[in-house]
Amino acid sequence: MNFYLRTLKRDLSIHLRGLSEVINPLVFFVVVISLFPLGLGPSPQQLSEVAPGVIWVAALLATLMSMDLMFRDDFSDGSLEQVVVSGQPLLVFVLAKVTAHWLMSGLPLVLLVPVVGLVMFVDGDSLQAMVVSLLLVSPTLSLLGAIGAALTVSLARGGLLVSILVLPLYVPVLVLATAMVQAAGSEAEIAGYVYWLLAALLASVTLAPLAVAASLRLAVDR
Amino acid sequence: MLRASGLSCARDRRHLFTALDVSLDAGQLVQVTGRNGSGKTTLLKILTGLYTEFEGEVTWSIERPPLYLGHSPGVNPRLTVTENLGWLCHLQDTDAALADIDEVLDVLGMAGYQDTYCHNLSEGQRKRVNLARFLLCENPCWIMDEPFSSIDSTGLRYLEEKMQAHLEQGGGIILTSHQRPMFAVDIDQVALTP
Repeated sequence: MNFYLRTLKRDLSIHLRGLSEVINPLVFFVVVISLFPLGLGPSPQQLSEVAPGVIWVAALLATLMSMDLMFRDDFSDGSLEQVVVSGQPLLVFVLAKVTAHWLMSGLPLVLLVPVVGLVMFVDGDSLQAMVVSLLLVSPTLSLLGAIGAALTVSLARGGLLVSILVLPLYVPVLVLATAMVQAAGSEAEIAGYVYWLLAALLASVTLAPLAVAASLRLAVDR
Repeated sequence: MLRASGLSCARDRRHLFTALDVSLDAGQLVQVTGRNGSGKTTLLKILTGLYTEFEGEVTWSIERPPLYLGHSPGVNPRLTVTENLGWLCHLQDTDAALADIDEVLDVLGMAGYQDTYCHNLSEGQRKRVNLARFLLCENPCWIMDEPFSSIDSTGLRYLEEKMQAHLEQGGGIILTSHQRPMFAVDIDQVALTP
């Protein structure tokens, strides 16, 4: 636990000092979404119809943008080697890194949703469902993305490869989350979707760190 | 503290070494020598457990893991010297007090750099930050890959003094270096010949 907190604190300091890397995906998220009213025309009905899909796809792409850097510094500056030699549990290290990543990329996206929802004329139940779904899914996105980031960490340019590896894993949660927001919009029951998204989150919290730790172990084995 | 026997390793279909035995006891300094590309770094990585594509057996008989100095210093450029050292020592279950960090940085000729961001440091200084960890943690075995490179002559003298003190206190050191360390009398050499 102590190692988890120390590493979390360390990573938050690192993120806060490279603020542009934190802000870039957020700016991208807001800009992409605010371009849609310009492209589609300002009709509130049309915009609120496509809003769940647009906001969700923008959130996925914004998360992917920040993914590539997750382990790169630790790999290139030798910190990862030090963790492996020290015998500290890599799983704990991975969980701390993913938590820091989520706090710096996933959580701000959740907080931005009410703002961009306004631009897309999403309100009431739909907006609430949107915030809840992103809150449930963004940790899953960080965890699944970490697998791609860890697998490509030893490659010089892994950016595109991360997307190709990770996007298929994102598809099921994307389908569930947009369906949940649409259901909320038509005043249908959403509890079922919430349970499925929670199940996806629990599965990735338990399984993804194993895959990430194994990939990182392989990356230093050279 | 360390027994490694029958180590064989091949990379890119070249045999780096076959049936190599390495051992380290308290107070002993082992120098691994060999030409560039002869497998010195690979041997150290095998001993630390970083590299696993080898045959043979490595057995450690000490409780704490070795401290390892690799080609990359393990220093994050966005953290200050103190923050980096705090976390690196925490990896070794050592809580480095600020006063101790000050003292060790002073010894290594880096007084006043406590709150400097590491991206402002030179390569040699980053290496010294990693070396400061060797003085803060009490791990008995030091494994050092080229500890003397990019260190200036004063730093070199400090480092050699500290290594000698470590050996006298019953520690062990395995290092790779092209020059023979000046201080120690008994050096066990492991020569790697391609």
